[in-house]
Amino acid sequence: MRKIYDFHGGIHPPENKQQSLGGPIRSAGIPKQLTVPLSQHIGAASKPLVTIGERVLKGQVIAEAGGFVSVPQHAPSSGTVIAIEDRAIPHPSGFHAPCIVIECDGKDEWLPLQGLANYSERSPEELLDLIREAGIAGMGGAGFPAAVKLKGKPESQIQTLIINGTECEPYITADDALMRERAEDIITGVKILQHIVKPTETLIGVEDNKPEGIVALREAAQGSDIEVVEFPTKYPSGGEKQLIEILTGKQVPSGGLPADIGIVCQNLGTTVAVQQAVLQGRPLISRITTVTGEAVDQPGNFEVLLGTPMSHLLELAGYDSTRNKRLIMGGPMMGFTLTDLNVPVVKTTNCLLAPSESELPAPPPAQACIRCGLCAEACPASLLPQQLFWFSQGKEYEKLEQHNLFDCIECGACSYVCPSNIPLVQYYRASKADILQQRRDHEKSEQSRLRFEARQERLAREEEEKAAKRAARKKAAELRAQQAADSDSVEDPIQAAIERAKAKKASQQQSAATESELEKLEKAVASTRKRLETASSKLKQAQEEGSELVEALQKGVDKTQVKLEQAEKALAEYQAKQPQATEGSHDTGDAAQAAIAKAKAARAAAGDMSPQEKLQKQVDNLRQRLEKTSQRLAESRSAGEEAKIVDALEATEQRLQSKLAEAEQELAKFNAMEAS
Amino acid sequence: MALLRITSPHAHGPMSTQRVMQQVLLAALPGIVVLTYFFGFGTLVNILWGSLLALSFEALALKLRGRDIGFYLKDYSALVTATLLGIAMPPYAPWWLIAVGIASAIILAKHLYGGLGYNPFNPAMVGYVVLLISFPVQMTAWTAPRGVGEVPGLLDALQACFLPALYDGVTQATPLDVLKQNNSLLIEQLWEDNPIFGRWAGLGWEWANLAFLAGGAWLLYRRIFTWHAPVAMLLSIALLSAIFYDGGSSASGGSPLFHLLSGATMFGAFFIVTDPVTSAVSLRGRLIYGALIGMLVYIIRVSGNYPDAIAFAVLIMNFAAPFIDHYTQPPTYGHRKKTEQH
Repeated sequence: MRKIYDFHGGIHPPENKQQSLGGPIRSAGIPKQLTVPLSQHIGAASKPLVTIGERVLKGQVIAEAGGFVSVPQHAPSSGTVIAIEDRAIPHPSGFHAPCIVIECDGKDEWLPLQGLANYSERSPEELLDLIREAGIAGMGGAGFPAAVKLKGKPESQIQTLIINGTECEPYITADDALMRERAEDIITGVKILQHIVKPTETLIGVEDNKPEGIVALREAAQGSDIEVVEFPTKYPSGGEKQLIEILTGKQVPSGGLPADIGIVCQNLGTTVAVQQAVLQGRPLISRITTVTGEAVDQPGNFEVLLGTPMSHLLELAGYDSTRNKRLIMGGPMMGFTLTDLNVPVVKTTNCLLAPSESELPAPPPAQACIRCGLCAEACPASLLPQQLFWFSQGKEYEKLEQHNLFDCIECGACSYVCPSNIPLVQYYRASKADILQQRRDHEKSEQSRLRFEARQERLAREEEEKAAKRAARKKAAELRAQQAADSDSVEDPIQAAIERAKAKKASQQQSAATESELEKLEKAVASTRKRLETASSKLKQAQEEGSELVEALQKGVDKTQVKLEQAEKALAEYQAKQPQATEGSHDTGDAAQAAIAKAKAARAAAGDMSPQEKLQKQVDNLRQRLEKTSQRLAESRSAGEEAKIVDALEATEQRLQSKLAEAEQELAKFNAMEAS
Repeated sequence: MALLRITSPHAHGPMSTQRVMQQVLLAALPGIVVLTYFFGFGTLVNILWGSLLALSFEALALKLRGRDIGFYLKDYSALVTATLLGIAMPPYAPWWLIAVGIASAIILAKHLYGGLGYNPFNPAMVGYVVLLISFPVQMTAWTAPRGVGEVPGLLDALQACFLPALYDGVTQATPLDVLKQNNSLLIEQLWEDNPIFGRWAGLGWEWANLAFLAGGAWLLYRRIFTWHAPVAMLLSIALLSAIFYDGGSSASGGSPLFHLLSGATMFGAFFIVTDPVTSAVSLRGRLIYGALIGMLVYIIRVSGNYPDAIAFAVLIMNFAAPFIDHYTQPPTYGHRKKTEQH
């Protein structure tokens, strides 16, 4: 007798298996329509090979594998493809996904099948191809492509092949029914798997609550090296990791695969599919599904075509929707609820559970966790569920990972025993999803950080390269210059040319400077003139108004007058100094020249004149100016010039008159003094 | 009718918090009966008056916290606290003493920390220690057991509780007190001189302890808690008292049997130490938690100032429980080292 190991925890929920074991497997027949989802397995979705309106035969490939981890889909019956579109599929979130819809013609016309009579002469690769082509995905619930799992990694040597006939979930009897009725097929299928995997031992693990199935299997396995191992019923012994521990005492390393410790597991239902695929060439187009629960009158097991609507199956079992509040695909521990009765049966539909309200009552409101520890006792993964619950509530993801949240298999044992009705598994699922999302986000930001850093590095490198090149060029030029200086200093034509150019430039700059000097002076004259004009007009205004400011204004005007005279003088002197520079550019040059000469002469004259003479001269001068101004005023008036100008001229005239009067008075004084 | 969308698991076991609490109350019954037989109705009055107060305080606290009073009162946790405190307190305690104890337990130790499941300290023991420190005279006045003195009747018990001024009871030192006050007598002589020691560990006390042991065994059988903490605590007390028994000399700390069946040993082991909320969680953690409580109980009993020490030992270890948990996380499936594989 083989040693049986125990795994930590586990629970003993009511089995409720008898209800569906009353009769033989029934056929669910051919429904009007079959809806074949393109994704009934783990991995990439299949790609459709048919078009709408196309007639397909039973067993015909209608969609090919979409990748390495994928399987093809076959037409479960003959008929016409009427749609390839999103339909509701059996999924916990109840979403829609691409499906091929076939309108059945009822003829159930097969594509000619060809099986292998003698599989043992074929290579494992050939058989794996057949399994893959038959579209076989694990039929226990996860739906992992069987061929991929069997192929394994080349480096892992498989010693133990384990066939999972545990069926530990309450209510489900699909595998039990297979054992009772098709033990021979199962054993043949296992032998094919043995031929592929070549293990040193092959075990079929069955819970001891299926005595009839065990007897049938043992009978069929007689004479082979296949061992049917019976062990005490305890949920979740059918979990792959738990079954491995029960049968071998080994634990699959966290994050690893059974193949890492030399073990490969296959579901019992999968072996029958393998047998059909290899011996008959029959693809996976139907499966055994248990329909049970108090809301169906004739619970039992059905051989049902994949794609058959759940409603069709439920009807066959005598479903009473008034008694049913939740419809579960799978068992009461790990199954998920369906809200649409028209979703199809898929490769992983092992059970359809329609319980009455009293059978599986709605969960009562959760109470506070009293840390009773029943969950930790029940956990088959030896986790501390109540700690995980606290951390989940607090979103302490680091702690959750420290407490190995990801080793949780979501079997539901903790929730089952929780006296406070806390939906623990729900918390774990949510936290797992959050953590995975966080990891993805982190990965993304990490990638962009790396990208950014790489870019920065590249830019810096390019900049450095440029700088290096510049430095090299500079150095080369200096070197050349040095060489040139060393070899021929004066006679170098290039050097001479450069010097010539430099000299030219300097002279140009100088002329530009003189030019600007002249301009400056001219501007000064112009602006002073303008200032004088405004000052004069203001003064005049003030005089008219009889303002007190007259005097001050008068002074300002005089000052400006002096300034203007100075500016004009400066300009004249400058122009006299730079005759050649002004020649071309100034047509007023001559007039200025004359004025300068006059001024010079005047100054020279004034230099040796007596004050009396000076005064006399000033008076003459003023008289002259007054005359000119009066003349100008008359011209302006007659020409109708602007009032401003006329006003200014009038003001000047008056001012000159008063000045003249002053000067004459002064002169008169002098004359009087002389006379006395 | 629309179909429900609920996540798995869909099945739920029969256990509920109410049932856990109810079973704890049931399991305490034999001990209460024995205490009542030997010491009269005092304990029963403690429990009943305490329960009434506990429910009122609980309702008040829930109302103040804005919780659903009916929903939370139904979890029986307040009744369990009141019952445990009622058993732990000396019989014939005045009404106000019980009220102070219950208020400390329910309001201070439980609801101020967030209610059931969030309290780091055992509420009943917090209530007990508050009383023991604040009212040491009232808290150490135990009635003489049947066989040594007269056992008061029900009316006496009610009078003691509600008209404490008119009550005049006969109190006597407990066996643990007498042993502690041992003035140089051999254990054997001590037993001969004091009829209060009874057959093994104290008249009345030994039977009360056995009754609590029986209740605890039933709870274990019902899988209300695991054996780890209580068994570790009892073993630890037995071991330490065996080491320091000293052949029954005048300096002896008392025999293992005496320590196991005297005072609140069994009551503590199965009704206090097993409180899930405040104890360590992992199984290994519970072993350590229980063993250290046993050790503290023995040390305080023999060398401390108080005759018994369950409450202090438990509260001290309540502090340590999260720490113990941190270091005793069980190895998760798939995390065993290769060498540990079978």
